[in-house]
Amino acid sequence: MRIRSAGLAAGTAALALTAACGGGGEGAEQPQGSMVIWADPERTDALQSFADDFGEANGVEVEVREVATDTIQSDFVTAHEGGSGPDVVVGAHDWIGNLVQNGAIDPVQLPQDKVDALNEVAVEATTYEGQLYGVPYAMENLALIRNTELAPEAPETVEDLVETGQRLQEDGEVEEILGLQVSQTGDPYHMQPFYSSAGGYLFGTDDQGNADPSDLGVGTPESVEAFEKIAEFGEEGKGAFKRSIDSDNVGNLFNQGKTPYFVTGPWSLASVQEAGVDYDISPVPGFEDGGDAVPFVGVQAFFVASGSENKVLAEEFVTNYVADPELSTALYEADPRPPALTEVSTQVSKDDPDVGKFIEAGADGKPMPAIPEMDAIWDPFGKAQAAVIGGADPEKAVDSAAETISEEIG
Amino acid sequence: MAADRSDSAGAPGGAPARPRLPGGSLAPRGSATGQLAKIAVLGLAAAIALWAVFPLYAARQWTGVAAVVAVTALIFYVYLSKRAVPAKYLVPGTLFLIAFQIIPVLYTISTSMTNYSDGHRGTKEQAIDQIEASSVERTPDSTPYTLTVAARGSSSEGELVFLLTDPDGDAYAGDTDGLQPLTGASVDPSGKVADAPGYTVVPPSEANARSEEITEFAVPTGSGTGIRSSGFSSAFEGRSRLAYDAGCDCVTDAESGRVYTADDERGAFVAEDGDRLPQGWQVDVGMANFARFVGDPETRSSFLSILTWNVAFAAGTTAMVFVLGLGVALTLHTREPLAGRTAYRLLVVLPYAMPSFAMFLLWKSMFNADFGLVNRLLGLDLDWFGHPWSARAAVLIVNIWLGFPYMFLVATGALQSIPRELVQAARIDGAGAWQALRRVTLPLLMVSMAPILVATFAFNFNNFNAVWLTTEGGPFPTDSPLAGATDLLITYTYRLAFGVSGAQYGYAAALSVFIFLIVTVMSVVSLRRSASLEEIHR
Repeated sequence: MRIRSAGLAAGTAALALTAACGGGGEGAEQPQGSMVIWADPERTDALQSFADDFGEANGVEVEVREVATDTIQSDFVTAHEGGSGPDVVVGAHDWIGNLVQNGAIDPVQLPQDKVDALNEVAVEATTYEGQLYGVPYAMENLALIRNTELAPEAPETVEDLVETGQRLQEDGEVEEILGLQVSQTGDPYHMQPFYSSAGGYLFGTDDQGNADPSDLGVGTPESVEAFEKIAEFGEEGKGAFKRSIDSDNVGNLFNQGKTPYFVTGPWSLASVQEAGVDYDISPVPGFEDGGDAVPFVGVQAFFVASGSENKVLAEEFVTNYVADPELSTALYEADPRPPALTEVSTQVSKDDPDVGKFIEAGADGKPMPAIPEMDAIWDPFGKAQAAVIGGADPEKAVDSAAETISEEIG
Repeated sequence: MAADRSDSAGAPGGAPARPRLPGGSLAPRGSATGQLAKIAVLGLAAAIALWAVFPLYAARQWTGVAAVVAVTALIFYVYLSKRAVPAKYLVPGTLFLIAFQIIPVLYTISTSMTNYSDGHRGTKEQAIDQIEASSVERTPDSTPYTLTVAARGSSSEGELVFLLTDPDGDAYAGDTDGLQPLTGASVDPSGKVADAPGYTVVPPSEANARSEEITEFAVPTGSGTGIRSSGFSSAFEGRSRLAYDAGCDCVTDAESGRVYTADDERGAFVAEDGDRLPQGWQVDVGMANFARFVGDPETRSSFLSILTWNVAFAAGTTAMVFVLGLGVALTLHTREPLAGRTAYRLLVVLPYAMPSFAMFLLWKSMFNADFGLVNRLLGLDLDWFGHPWSARAAVLIVNIWLGFPYMFLVATGALQSIPRELVQAARIDGAGAWQALRRVTLPLLMVSMAPILVATFAFNFNNFNAVWLTTEGGPFPTDSPLAGATDLLITYTYRLAFGVSGAQYGYAAALSVFIFLIVTVMSVVSLRRSASLEEIHR
């Protein structure tokens, strides 16, 4: 009897608790027709007011959820796998290859007139295997920022730049020739303008214009030559590229006037302006006897999640709403990167010459390859660059990187 | 709560009779508080079970439902019955052991036998759906339409009709039979149909509720092509290029005629020339992941040196933090009055109190060859992370600095529990300070410290952060970008599984099983040895 009463009491307590939980759950349940957008912290606020307008116009609720920038892609894939992902996600174009192989995003069917209003490189970047997978809204690429007090003229070539830097170094005005982040494990993204100018490439292009994983540029004679050129400017050579400079200290070096040049993207502008350095922006120069320095172009885009339960809304938002000049301007104001809508970027460049200069620096840029095989490149390729900058034998370094990469690609 | 000591309805039946406790009939064999606590805890268990069962039921996970029911029944039986006394003590620990130790290990082992990785996450059905969905292509130069979603009859249930307006302003109605001109409709300037006789315009929120129907709906316009929606206000003409045929278990490309056949061993659709579709699915691969690790020539050549450094790193860290921590503890464990003893202790514990994540990054920049504090203070020009031995030294220094305060805390506590009389007696018997420490204090100390040293060793054996956040495993020999001089097994395998080709969970799980086995063997051996130290007490 005692046991039974205890059991009964326990059961009652359980019911009470479940009722309490259930109550909470019902309250939190989303009303029908509510759409969720994932974006990184910088854009969340700017997006929210547009999302609200879209929601109001269509009688639905739209929530913009903030997700940490460096985990948004993996979180999205994991959530998609678990069936609890967002309806729309905002992210970088080089995720596309991985998102497609995981079946996490759907192609976007953008009418031709809307495609024509966008920057060509941005459209090229978001096109994968012949399909447009995202609607681009902003672009970014590297340029050379220089301290005009120390170096009034934009360098024409890397040799020019090094000459000026070395002179300033000898005069004791600066500590380093160039602010280029390399770090102990290398940084292929920041090295790309120099690597390309020296004749190197990562992947060839197939007939559709996609990066072709069967044509690996690392390990070719061109890449060895490019590494030899880079080594000339490394620690054992002219000392312009150094492993001790990394993403943690490169900004401070430039902002404190310890180096006259800084290879970086629009994301560093705010801190440079805050530091009060007199600066100007020019394209990253190439080597004297080399080709053009071609930086990677990164594109930010809106993607439709394939697992979305509100796909009609998500598609409507992405195809018919985000390629909008007003939204593009607002996103630009929240985080000043060159807009992908040609009309807006022309307007913005007029108001803010810096943006125009970044756009100019990236005019001949190539989109970063979006194929999943790029994952195999970064690590070994970066390490090979770091090794060569530290004085290792270029051919040996390139060969071992090429071997590791091709083994991984299969 | 003294009353609790009496009983929680689980005292051995043969316990001697005790005086009646307050609480009357409510607590004949225990206090009212005890009884209430028991009811609350059992209630909580039942609540958790109910909360867990509904989603499992909704997902038709019958094994899960059965497991929840069985566990809950077991808990109720054990705590409501008067027998099963030992079980009352064992059940919670055992359940947690199963939930947090055994199941993860089993799950890791089962994952290690699959190809679970980027591109092979879901099921074959999901891959097929996604292959077909992502192959829908717009017909080149086709007319873009403005779309109004409408229905015959009720907007929420009626048969779907696409009301389409072309750029010239001509309106059509499209259903599964095809496209017909639409007459008598009022079209607003944006091209949207506001009102059409015989059709109900579906408002956006209701259209969204019918997302699945609308995204699958196509107005046929020719062989294989159709007008599909893109959102609720635009439509395009296109076709699905790839189609799955269950008969041949293959996907055919309508444009090039290429056939991709399902390869259930790889979990992908592969064409004859070896080209594959990007979307794959998860399949069992047996021992392939293990074979891949063991058979990799790169691994074979570097495994032994990594393992050696790994053991040296863990043993070195453990030994150094022990010596340093104990040394500081002994220094501060003096009977003489020491001014500011608390302040010293606080200062020593400081590195332990700081977030190690930030400390590793800070130390990394302090060891920077050109701008680092270490080189500047010591007037050195040493590229710390550029040479194998200096990098190893740097990693050890950082790790010891972060680790010794913990050992200091433990040693201080252990020292305080050793009666001072023992040391005094030894001194009276003529032992020197060193002898007394060596022969009396240390053996007594080791009894409580040995398991902690084993734990420290096991923790540092897999101390991912200490290496990844300082050197990332580097420096790397020019001929091998995969195995660095400071790599531990865990950082090395992390690089293999995640660093070079997206996320390869199956492979990573196989590598974890390897490391798990190595650490288990080492721990068992060292715990055996430390058990011999406890004989002092006998």
